[in-house]
Amino acid sequence: MSALESPRAEGATMEGYNFAYLDEATKRMIRRAILKAVAIPGHQIPFGAREMPLPYGWGTGGIQVTASILGPADTLKVIDQGSDDTTNAISIRRFFRRVAGVATTEHTAEASVIQTRHRIPERTLREDQIMVYQVPQPEPLFRLEPRRAETKRLHALADYGLMHVRLYEDIARLGHIAKAYDYPVMVNGRYLMSPSPIPAFDNPKMHRMAALQLFGAGREKRIYAIPPYTEVRSLDFEDHPFRPIRAPHACALCRSTDTYLDEVITDDAGGRMFVCSDTDFCAERQAATAQEAAE
Amino acid sequence: MTMLTAGFADPVLDAQATFRAVLEAVSRPGRIQRAGGALNPPAPLNQAAAAVLLTLADADTPLWLDGGSAAEAWLRFHCGAPVVAQPGAAAFALATGMPPALAALAQGTEEEPQGGATLVLQVSDLAEGEGWHLTGPGIEHEHRLRVTGAPEGFLSAWVANRAGFPCGVDVVLCAGDRLTALPRTVMIAEG
Ligand SMILES: [Zn+2]
Repeated sequence: MSALESPRAEGATMEGYNFAYLDEATKRMIRRAILKAVAIPGHQIPFGAREMPLPYGWGTGGIQVTASILGPADTLKVIDQGSDDTTNAISIRRFFRRVAGVATTEHTAEASVIQTRHRIPERTLREDQIMVYQVPQPEPLFRLEPRRAETKRLHALADYGLMHVRLYEDIARLGHIAKAYDYPVMVNGRYLMSPSPIPAFDNPKMHRMAALQLFGAGREKRIYAIPPYTEVRSLDFEDHPFRPIRAPHACALCRSTDTYLDEVITDDAGGRMFVCSDTDFCAERQAATAQEAAE
Repeated sequence: MTMLTAGFADPVLDAQATFRAVLEAVSRPGRIQRAGGALNPPAPLNQAAAAVLLTLADADTPLWLDGGSAAEAWLRFHCGAPVVAQPGAAAFALATGMPPALAALAQGTEEEPQGGATLVLQVSDLAEGEGWHLTGPGIEHEHRLRVTGAPEGFLSAWVANRAGFPCGVDVVLCAGDRLTALPRTVMIAEG
């Protein structure tokens, strides 16, 4: 890892790199992009992404956003598919402990900044929390219109007919919209936005969320945002309203019937069960149930 | 040449704290944040405006300002931002007196509305819970904000600014070491 130098980076810390790894000029550039992203909800803002000491696919966009907002008073939680324990989540937490000295946690309630890949925590988020999403492909129209100049024009015109046609084709063919992940949303009634590859089940949590939501795409070099209490609507049709889907089971561990479940293989004989994808929520619910039983 | 007062005591951590104050202000328009309380910038620059520019302005952001030579020298030295004569050429405009018309500042384009300028506007006082009624993204129901010393005709200029969305100007209001923000999405009704 080499230190990034800037004429204004007077605050270089231990081990030769700046606080939170990025040099101050890069942070200023990313911070300016974040502020404009909040002022124009759902609009993608290009930024000069930096090489990070983790490969693309490990959330380098989210990491750069987190590095630009994080301060010593923050407590960071990192989740990957709802879990705090994957290699990816552990690496990112360790990275920020080392380069920013911040406290980390696995508990949603204790976190001030939550960096996530592919889930929104089940627990309702608060005003004093910030969500940072890792985004592989920020452009919701990418599969329908690969030319970047053309998608920019469509966003400028708010012309989202292509996406409506794509979803309606699903309904005509299958009787329902087939998209279970990365289900497109309209933000504040103006911009079509990719919510990142979260399950469609999580989309309603974005609507009027109390927490600020920031999105970073490293490879595609885009930042976008949803301010708190902002309208976020999953695209749908009057005769086919959006329905968040979950497996029709109770969690095998905490018995929850309203959380997003993962199907896990339990043995070599093909045994399987459904458990909460949000491991922190599931553990807290199990503890609460055990507590009640003891009383 | 007089001696320049210092910038941030800790350039990295003070910029981070100021950025979070501005981020919070833009995310929750009308809520008042604190920044720059330890700074001693030359008059007429106030602490919050000085902190905002130290945090966000640099060689990549053309700066327009009306604050006179001492403020200009201070910002040039600490930020390294190129000072421009035309408000419309600025990424950041600092107004310590009557600001340029919002419509005279960079608006961005339909494809790149992020090119709209940020106006750092010094006012004499800010108070929550009274005055203007703010609604829009970032606001659950309504925020109240009293701005003492807002420029004449600001609210009608704001209506026009909002009408140009997604293009437009974002404003950071600064009084002493206190600040709040008016992103281009916010609706303001007279209190
Ligand atoms: Zn569970």
